[in-house]
Amino acid sequence: MRFIFKTKYSQDINIAKHNGDRFWYSLLILIMVALPLVLDDFYLGEISYICILSIAGIGLMILSGYTGLASLGHAAFLGVGAYTHAFLLTNGIPFYASIPIVIVVSFLVGAAIGIPILRLTGMYLAIATLALGFIAEHVFIKWEHFTGGNRGLPVPQPEFLGMSFYDSVFFYYVCLVFLIAAMFAAINILRSPTGRAFVAIRDSEIAAQSLGVNLGLYKALSFAISGAFTGLAGALLAHYIGYLAPDIFNIFLSLTLLLLIVVGGMGSLHGTVFGAIFVGFLPQLIAICRDYLPSSIGSQPGLEPMLFGLILVFFILYEPLGIYGRWMKIKLFFELFPTYKRQTFKKQKVFTKSDRV
Amino acid sequence: MSLFEVKNITVAFGGVKALNDVSFGVDKGEIFTIIGPNGAGKSTLFNVISRIYEPSKGEIYFENQNISKTKPHNISKLGIARTFQNLELFENATVLQNLLLGRHIYKRTNILSEVFFTPSARKQEHEYRLKVEEVIDFLDLQHYRDTLINGLPYGVRKNVELARALCTDPKLLLLDEPSSGLTNEETIDLGFWIKDIQSLLGITIIMIEHDMSFVNKVSDRILALNYGKILASGLPEEIKNNADVKQAYMGE
Repeated sequence: MRFIFKTKYSQDINIAKHNGDRFWYSLLILIMVALPLVLDDFYLGEISYICILSIAGIGLMILSGYTGLASLGHAAFLGVGAYTHAFLLTNGIPFYASIPIVIVVSFLVGAAIGIPILRLTGMYLAIATLALGFIAEHVFIKWEHFTGGNRGLPVPQPEFLGMSFYDSVFFYYVCLVFLIAAMFAAINILRSPTGRAFVAIRDSEIAAQSLGVNLGLYKALSFAISGAFTGLAGALLAHYIGYLAPDIFNIFLSLTLLLLIVVGGMGSLHGTVFGAIFVGFLPQLIAICRDYLPSSIGSQPGLEPMLFGLILVFFILYEPLGIYGRWMKIKLFFELFPTYKRQTFKKQKVFTKSDRV
Repeated sequence: MSLFEVKNITVAFGGVKALNDVSFGVDKGEIFTIIGPNGAGKSTLFNVISRIYEPSKGEIYFENQNISKTKPHNISKLGIARTFQNLELFENATVLQNLLLGRHIYKRTNILSEVFFTPSARKQEHEYRLKVEEVIDFLDLQHYRDTLINGLPYGVRKNVELARALCTDPKLLLLDEPSSGLTNEETIDLGFWIKDIQSLLGITIIMIEHDMSFVNKVSDRILALNYGKILASGLPEEIKNNADVKQAYMGE
């Protein structure tokens, strides 16, 4: 067990809490940088996709995991990011200029949608965001000038830093750099007053308000920040897919993102990466499993969504804290060995909370 | 002139008048206690002051400023902090994070400086922490800094909520049943702390409380409510011997 002797306030503010953190995360980044040496193009592509999913996951995690606002239509923001990026590139804007514009546009779209929608709470908010997903899909179909409608929109793959996006090694590094940058941005937001205000809104709106948190403003801000992250992921996704069609950004993609954060672990940034790995590899796993199943089951078309749904239910029932929660338990088990108690993580029942204020 | 004044406040939920024409004033540096049986309108009064409920009639003045139309999130900026009857802590955050939220009204950073965590954002965190540590020392919370609220015993949670309110540097503190659910010793400690908050920090306190021996010990003045109306108000001695209060609240 590690005991950290704190002598400075900075130790609580810094991202790395001790040298162990520094060592392991540096090692992880080194391994990630070295991956192209050992992996072939197919797996690099898969890992790039996982990086993109992680960035989108960070976006949804800030909204749902940290601010406590459900969204069932987050694919809309992926779509906004992807189409804006493709549109800008088609019109000759270079990559390095297009990405910041995409982030700003998604931020503004998030704010514009957030302000009216966030007067709703709970179930009603979920329904409204579900509707948002469908509306966005239809806008992508109908706004042909901008999106190419059902014909689709080819994504230009311009040169950037003298390299081409067709090169899977280069694309992998681009995704990795953006993931790391997004992670740092998210950590920074969460360790500053705005991030704490989000958590406050999640845990008790009434107390947050009495401490001076402007609920409307911060909920809209959360939606906007979430939109910005997801929009960035959308821009990278556009490169990954290569050809945009409205039905890519459907309800199933939104649910995949939801599955990602629930499986990964609500309220943790680690969870977004764990969840993205899980969600990214699951279709491959299902494809492999199909071959071993009797053809009456294996060739059913709805197998994938059904398994996604089952896994979601399974996690909510048996491991609400997701993979990250499980990881924490395993870590604690070894730290405390042999005195680990299962009760440590049992949630206390609190009967005092009332709606009477 | 009173620091805080309530003038003819009426709150009606449909036909029920939770508060009926209530007026009183609280002087600077006072500990003012509101007592009354269940449903007397005590918590409603607090919720009107923190602007969660809209009064049907009447005005509230704080430092001679009418705050009846102020937005609820601006109340704490004026210097009014409160605790809740049934604890409204941020349960999945640590004690430290809870207390740091008490400094939210002093936020100077914007979202851009936070994304990049600029030196000014870091400096602000240090300033927040300095004040939070003062409060931690004051209320003996040193052991619990990094504990999640989820894992804390009830008495400590109550204490954390008081600490969080103090972190806002208030001029007026509203305590909703601070001693409910506490053990005897904890109640005695709380009595000392409330007196210290009044004398050392110079904060005016309005408190809702049921424990009469505790009330008599710490209060400067008492207001008794029943069915939304003022029954009596005055010094603890007067209230103790008031016939109406005895009949409605304490029993013969």
